[in-house]
Amino acid sequence: MKFIAFAAATLTATTAFAQTDPADWDAVVAAADGQTVYWNAWGGSTTTNDFIAWVGERVAEDYGVTLEHVKLSDTADAVSRVLAERSAGQDSDGAIDMIWINGANFAAMKDAELLFGPFAEQLPNWSIVDVEGKSVQTDFTVPTEGLESPWAMAQVVFIHDTADLPEPLADMEAIAEWAAANPGRFTFPQPPDFLGSTFLKQALLDLTDDATPLYAPVEEADYEAVTAPLWSFLEELTPNLWRQGRAYPQTGPRQLQLIADNEVDLAISFSPGEASTAIANFELPDTARTFVLENGTIGNASFVAIPYNSSSTEGAMIVANFLLSAEAQARALDPEVLGYGTVLDVAALPEAERALFDNIDLGIATLTPEELGTALAEPHPSWMTRIEADWIERYGVAE
Amino acid sequence: MSARRGLRFVPALTLLALVGPVAAGLIGTLLPAFGYLPAAGLTDWGLAAFAELGAWPGLPASVRLSLTTGLIATALSLAIVTLALAGWQGTPAFRWIERSLSPLLSVPHAAAAFGIAFLIAPSGWVVRLFSPWATGWERPPDLLILQDPAGISLIVGLVAKEVPFLLLMSLAALGQTEASRSLLAARTLGYGRVAGWLVTVFPQVYRQIRLPVFVVLVFSMSVVDVAIILGPNTPNTLSVQIVRWMGDPDLALRLRAAAAAMLQLALVFGGLLAWRIGEWAFARIARRILVRGRRGCMLDRTRGLSAGAILLIAVALFAGIAGLALWSFAGFWSYPNALPDMLILRSWMRHGPELLGPLGSTALIAGLAAGIALVLTIGCLEAEHRHGVRMRRAGAFLLYLPLLIPQTAFLPGLQTLMLSAGLQSGLWPVVLAHVVFVLPYVFLSLADPFRAWDTRLDIAARSMGTSADGVLWRVRLPMLLAPLLTALAVGLAVSVGQYLPTLLVGGGRVQTLTTEAVALASGGDRRAIGIYGLAQTLAALLPFAAAVLVPRLVWRNRRGMRHDG
Repeated sequence: MKFIAFAAATLTATTAFAQTDPADWDAVVAAADGQTVYWNAWGGSTTTNDFIAWVGERVAEDYGVTLEHVKLSDTADAVSRVLAERSAGQDSDGAIDMIWINGANFAAMKDAELLFGPFAEQLPNWSIVDVEGKSVQTDFTVPTEGLESPWAMAQVVFIHDTADLPEPLADMEAIAEWAAANPGRFTFPQPPDFLGSTFLKQALLDLTDDATPLYAPVEEADYEAVTAPLWSFLEELTPNLWRQGRAYPQTGPRQLQLIADNEVDLAISFSPGEASTAIANFELPDTARTFVLENGTIGNASFVAIPYNSSSTEGAMIVANFLLSAEAQARALDPEVLGYGTVLDVAALPEAERALFDNIDLGIATLTPEELGTALAEPHPSWMTRIEADWIERYGVAE
Repeated sequence: MSARRGLRFVPALTLLALVGPVAAGLIGTLLPAFGYLPAAGLTDWGLAAFAELGAWPGLPASVRLSLTTGLIATALSLAIVTLALAGWQGTPAFRWIERSLSPLLSVPHAAAAFGIAFLIAPSGWVVRLFSPWATGWERPPDLLILQDPAGISLIVGLVAKEVPFLLLMSLAALGQTEASRSLLAARTLGYGRVAGWLVTVFPQVYRQIRLPVFVVLVFSMSVVDVAIILGPNTPNTLSVQIVRWMGDPDLALRLRAAAAAMLQLALVFGGLLAWRIGEWAFARIARRILVRGRRGCMLDRTRGLSAGAILLIAVALFAGIAGLALWSFAGFWSYPNALPDMLILRSWMRHGPELLGPLGSTALIAGLAAGIALVLTIGCLEAEHRHGVRMRRAGAFLLYLPLLIPQTAFLPGLQTLMLSAGLQSGLWPVVLAHVVFVLPYVFLSLADPFRAWDTRLDIAARSMGTSADGVLWRVRLPMLLAPLLTALAVGLAVSVGQYLPTLLVGGGRVQTLTTEAVALASGGDRRAIGIYGLAQTLAALLPFAAAVLVPRLVWRNRRGMRHDG
């Protein structure tokens, strides 16, 4: 009996606290005070974990919001959780208040209408976001429609150990040639790990003559013809990979360990500052450097989204807004901390805030924004799904 | 007295606590396997998911891997434990083995697997020790040692972890046998030491450890964390593949995962059946050999082999932990250096303070879950003793259901059940979910010693006017102190190591050392893994130390009560 009464009380309580309109920021701030926000974010990177802990300290100080980092090994776990809650009829007070998300996971949640919002473009700090210059309103070509708020920019770079591979490689063909001359010294995370799949997309973008079909759903294109260059490239490359392609590292950071163990000399990364940060943390030799391909590399944004059944939407919006502040963005950019690219238009910031960015030493292995060049946009997510499945069939289950 | 009458209902309550969640979870798996998953908008009944599974090109290799690694690892572990006991039980050297292996049981699987991975990798510790001065390898050789397609490194990792488990279970069982006298009789008849033990003691011991052996078999066939670290990836073992599909953002893949979970279930039953047939064949052959009356003194030559195997396992696990410890203090540390360039405290300063929260919740959950499980187990066994409320074979089988069914097959369904019942995620649901997995292990490790207790002692005590409760508290439980503490320690260690139940039922909000360690493991930062692996190991180690030490202290003047053979 007691339990039922308690459940009823909980239900009434959550109904009473209806979600606040994002546009009424003062009301959001007032409602957020005292809330606890469970942020489900990939927990595999210790630097990211430290950064999230710092965000938690800051929002507790300024807004009275308690931030709990729920460390995931796979973002899809959080998607599954929200789905399970909805199928069980738990439409309020869900376990998750915020998710670090992008790409296919976002597309799946948006499609299934599992997200709160729109809220992103009502956040006060949205005004300083570089909406023109950075792809913060589309996520793998899918319009965000304010359902997720950007917080970091990522771009593909290649990390190379200059002790064994002194000069940058110009394109994918150069990588294949180098691998042929140095068998066993290159690998990439095994698709469907997102970084491994990114390598496949990057290879296809670099090898293809016409990238236009990649920005529309895969069903509208001649898949065989468009991807043919990729498969002939992999046919040549795979036997020269680490372990002859019979085993792959399972995640991106695992590649750094392989460079540190001197098992490979070249790795793909989605974070231009990762190498500098890793050197500072003794996870890479100080001979590591980064380069981008001559024709450019893929870039995308990381977002945060709020599940539809969160009961701390105000607190989550406070965190999302804080992540967009110059203070948080400058800290994330610092390779001593995280080394993530900013989503802000730094040039348009007031003098004092701009100084926060100007004072950052990007680190020994990080390219300048000019060297990084303009990022290539992510192809439509359907391409990633199809190429992944195809790769798994060709290479992922070979004995 | 109401309390005494209440005991009659304990077995039913216990079974309900175990079977309810498993049954609900299985239904939650069965429905999607046949196409029904309304949450994803899928309601077309049919066999499409099985057809899709059949069309997955990795299926034959993946199925073969699960079967071979599970059966070989189990057979190998049992053989090593049996030969070591046959060759060395009762000797001073054996006591040393026992003392060094028992604590290693508590090393969580993931931590042990990481330790071993760092030892045997081509750029690992063993190669580093001999390179380049002896091997000439200036760079690590490009050899497929870890994650080999045949699953050999996975088998090695499983054997290293299952040998201490089976050894401890055998030792607990040995306290209930007439080992020394049987062996003495056999040796008087001229049997060799090993042969005599196998002929007289092994049948008594095996009868008591059969269920632990089955559990090892099921576990080895469906393990996820060890298989991710040491097993092949092209393709994965079936259970790893199920977890991958379950986690895919494409919700339609849940159907294929559910179908694969059903297949995994069938495989596990097939493996158990194969083992039973093997038992039967082994017994027939053994009987034929026995009647010839050979004394088998040649078998004593296996003593060196079994001691070598045990020593290798102990060294590997200890070195693995030492490797974790060293990494937690390591600055830059590259091949071929056998030691880090420098030792730093920074990793501990970064991660040490974060440890405290998960450490507290790990201890709390483990203590509650193992305590509840122990009370229910004693209640069941005592009800059986007093009222003859004996669980029939079916009842006993249901008790082990959570261990005989792969976790991936019913946990998502369990999650839905708890949500539908209005149970919010939090500490208590996680504790109750842990009980589902902890209880069978506690029961498994306590039931046989408890039942094998000499009931003439009960009659003697009762005839002197002691009440049934008095016998339980003042005679039976004190006499069974060693198995009780062992059972509790097993329960704690099982709880400490739970990943999927904590993550799913806790909604990710309950953070234990294991959920943190597995999340970090996906990133591969060896320094952080070292710290969390060590913390996890310690959390499970202390109860085992107590299980070994407390009976020795309490019964320091009662050798027969220590159950150390």
